[in-house]
Amino acid sequence: MDKIKCECGHVNPEGTVLCEACGKPVEKNQHIDGNDKRKLLNMRYDGSARRSQTYNKSIIDKTWNFFSSVKVGVWLIVLALIASGLGTIFPQEQYIPAEAASRDPSIYYEAQYGILGQIYYQLGFHNLYSSWWYLLLIALIGISLVICSIDRFVPLYKALKRQRPRRHTQFLKRQRLFSETDHVTDDEKAKLISALKRKRYKVYEENGHILAEKGRFSRWGPYVNHIGLILVLIAALLRMTPFMYMDEYVWVREGEQTVIPGTDGEYHIKNEKFILETYDEDDKRFEEAIAQEGMVEKNFQTNAVIYKETGEKIAGAEPELKKVKEEKIKMNHPLKFDGYTIYQSGYQQNEFNSMTFKIHKKNDPDEASLGSFKINLSNPKDTYKLNNGFSVTVSQYYPDYEMEEGEPRSKTNYPRNPAFVFSVNPPGNEESEMSFVGIGKNVDATGENDYKLGIENFEMRYASGLSVKRDYTIPLFIIGAAIFMIGVIQGMYWQHRRIWLHPENEGMMVAGHTNKNWFGLTKDIEHIIEDTNVKMVKDQQEIE
Amino acid sequence: MDSLLGISSTMLYSAFILYLIATFFFGATIKESKKQDNKNVSGKIGITITIIGFLAQIVYFITRWIASGHAPVSNLFEFMTFFGMGLVFAFIIIYFIYKLNILGLFALPIAIIVIAYASMFPTEIAPLVPSLQSHWLYIHVTTVSLGEAILSISFVAGLIYLIRQIDQTVRSKRTTWLEIVLLSLFIFIGFSVISTAFNLSGYSAEFEYSFNGQTTTTDYHLPPIAGPNEGELLTGDRMEPLFDAPGWMRGVDAARKFNTLIWSVLTGIVLYGLTRLILRKRVGAAIQPFLKKAKPDMLDEISSRSVAIGFPVFTLGGLIFASIWAQVAWDRFWGWDPKEVWALVTWFFYAAFLHLRLSRGWHGERSAWLAVGGFAIIMFNLIAVNLILAGLHSYA
Ligand code: HEM
Repeated sequence: MDKIKCECGHVNPEGTVLCEACGKPVEKNQHIDGNDKRKLLNMRYDGSARRSQTYNKSIIDKTWNFFSSVKVGVWLIVLALIASGLGTIFPQEQYIPAEAASRDPSIYYEAQYGILGQIYYQLGFHNLYSSWWYLLLIALIGISLVICSIDRFVPLYKALKRQRPRRHTQFLKRQRLFSETDHVTDDEKAKLISALKRKRYKVYEENGHILAEKGRFSRWGPYVNHIGLILVLIAALLRMTPFMYMDEYVWVREGEQTVIPGTDGEYHIKNEKFILETYDEDDKRFEEAIAQEGMVEKNFQTNAVIYKETGEKIAGAEPELKKVKEEKIKMNHPLKFDGYTIYQSGYQQNEFNSMTFKIHKKNDPDEASLGSFKINLSNPKDTYKLNNGFSVTVSQYYPDYEMEEGEPRSKTNYPRNPAFVFSVNPPGNEESEMSFVGIGKNVDATGENDYKLGIENFEMRYASGLSVKRDYTIPLFIIGAAIFMIGVIQGMYWQHRRIWLHPENEGMMVAGHTNKNWFGLTKDIEHIIEDTNVKMVKDQQEIE
Repeated sequence: MDSLLGISSTMLYSAFILYLIATFFFGATIKESKKQDNKNVSGKIGITITIIGFLAQIVYFITRWIASGHAPVSNLFEFMTFFGMGLVFAFIIIYFIYKLNILGLFALPIAIIVIAYASMFPTEIAPLVPSLQSHWLYIHVTTVSLGEAILSISFVAGLIYLIRQIDQTVRSKRTTWLEIVLLSLFIFIGFSVISTAFNLSGYSAEFEYSFNGQTTTTDYHLPPIAGPNEGELLTGDRMEPLFDAPGWMRGVDAARKFNTLIWSVLTGIVLYGLTRLILRKRVGAAIQPFLKKAKPDMLDEISSRSVAIGFPVFTLGGLIFASIWAQVAWDRFWGWDPKEVWALVTWFFYAAFLHLRLSRGWHGERSAWLAVGGFAIIMFNLIAVNLILAGLHSYA
């Protein structure tokens, strides 16, 4: 390596633009930071030697240089920005509304949005945020972030550590804030120093040369926040593995108990009760809004009990269950146990719990009841004996009745549209009669029945939709986000300010630099030179 | 209860008027001579009235909170009003750092426009659906709009910079773009003007149309230029739409919102045109001479400082608190919902802004144009995403 020895005696690494110790420009390297074309020095990294600006031979150098360029970084960010925006033109696949005629994306987009929708679908934009190229873009930003930060942090850290209070006059004159005063007394100099200290500057002295510095730590802000971002990206990556992240959904009917999916059958959940509340129409506050918008849900909740299987698993045998937790799950109030979280996600009310039937004479216009019975639809009995001597046998039960090719059948096993074929046995030894009863259906197959069955009452039941999650990546996201916030605040709400006082013959040069908020630094200097003859610094970079 | 709501709306109205008065005092500072400048009488009166107006708006916020039982940030009216309040708050902070009067002359009118715009949306108190019943919602919404308000101050400073700095002696691409930016402010005013006009006249026309296979009705409060796609006019004695909104416009009231947009744009253009006729020059050129006293360096500094202050606040509110709320309410902290995506777009944009400024030396005019772009994205997220791109957040 070609070390560069400065006239002040300090030995700088190759590629240095401004001597680390005294700031004197290294002649042959001025083009690197563009100092050869400008009056003011580029102070971005204190003229330290960055790898990306020094080597450009091997393929590694070239890759390094590509990713450490902020131009490339900004391009990647802008591309990610545009891509993200594109994904919102039409809804993403998971947001296709439930009431859409067809939720099949190959049909939905074209049907709803015409040719543009079809193009959108064919380009894969309906799943944009999980497409390989979007993920690649984010990954490239991550790589760029790391390389960029290392490229600058290390040399900047060294340069700031090795800086000396005594600076070369060329360095001072080419700072943005600069002034030169011909006569400055020792008394005035002492005043300046104590004023600097009062302003909480750290003051370093070397043979009468002063460096006053404040807030150097804020220079590390960007690097800290970039570390936070990297942690977030790593967390997002880990989240794609099933071990770190598990996501299931389960419907549990009121009164029902099932195994919680994703727990290897270890846990069971029982839905003791499901509650749905809506806002009171008569509530004065909301009267108007409810009149306009209709009913508004206030709360829905599942009173749940969690059980854990204990003891050995024996095939076929009922597992032993131990109660783990009993809680009300509501939106915004999930239930947590042993690393799992259960959220109240939705509900359905499309199943019947029970139905009550009554018997009456077919030719009775008042349909006076001769007796009634209630059927538990998840578990109907074979025969119902009524008090007055009637008995009713359930010959056929279709929980979710439909006709297919002229044959009655049940679409599912859930009582969504129950229908029965009953055999009614009147008291005494009258002959039994068959009748078919369902919702809106009442058929007397032979046409000779004396009795008729009617639905007297029914109860619906709720099924509660619960999502089950186990996410080990959350702590990493939290740590990453926290570090990011610390980093941005550190870099944004503090600034690295430096003021140099340089005795020159009888007089003194004053120069100032800050990485942002020049207004604040100017105010500081104004305050410090108060009551002295030292000239106010001039801003050598005014926009006009 | 009713009286509380009464106090609340009176207070909002007072704040509105006070901001208007304060604007005139900030306007008066332009004419002050150097000597008066040092005393800064008009400026002091201006900022005092602004602060009183801000306090009035706080009273509005608190009384409405008490009346409804939840923080009033849950529909578009409440949210935009809060954003307006945030703008004033951010302006007050920046004013006390930089003491720049001209900033008030631009920041307050923008806050006024935002509040006027907000008032055109339904203002009745609505009950909260379960997913919105969370403290994290309030924390998220208030922080994010405060962040956006601070970022908007960067737009205000950038706009002043552009009006002051762009060469108005000849017409150029830059003067044209600047006029477009100003025109868009006129369109917001146009929306408020035209909505108020037809509200006062009590105009209403009902349409029937089919939406997702169901027949629905919608009530137009502006004469239908664009009617619902294949809709039918129910109210007699009203004009027929000039044309139907295209079929791909989705959302329950997409056509009505589209119609409102057309009206706002037309009214905005008319107002802008009249202004041009009266001024007989570009609006930017007419304002420019009044800005001579503002130092461009200072404007640039304010613009970048507001981004520096606003970016962390926005990140905290718009991404971090938003994720926490989404995690608690919907079991996923990030779901690529359009509103979330646009918060991310905003964040990317300001990250690019900071990098361009810091590492590629985009200062002055370039940075000012970026500030305008950032504000456009914020407004898009506040308004268009709610009204056009349906999502979980879609309020109005
Ligand atoms: C979305 C992703 C990113 C975010 C949110 C982000 C955030 C930030 C922030 C807030 C700063 C401080 C800016 C200031 O103080 O004004 C910063 C500085 C910086 N960032 Fe990033 N960054 C991102 C991506 C990148 C990438 C991809 C690169 C690589 C090219 C990069 C390189 C830098 C550099 C070189 C600095 C300046 C450090 C300095 O001069 O002290 N950043 N970043």
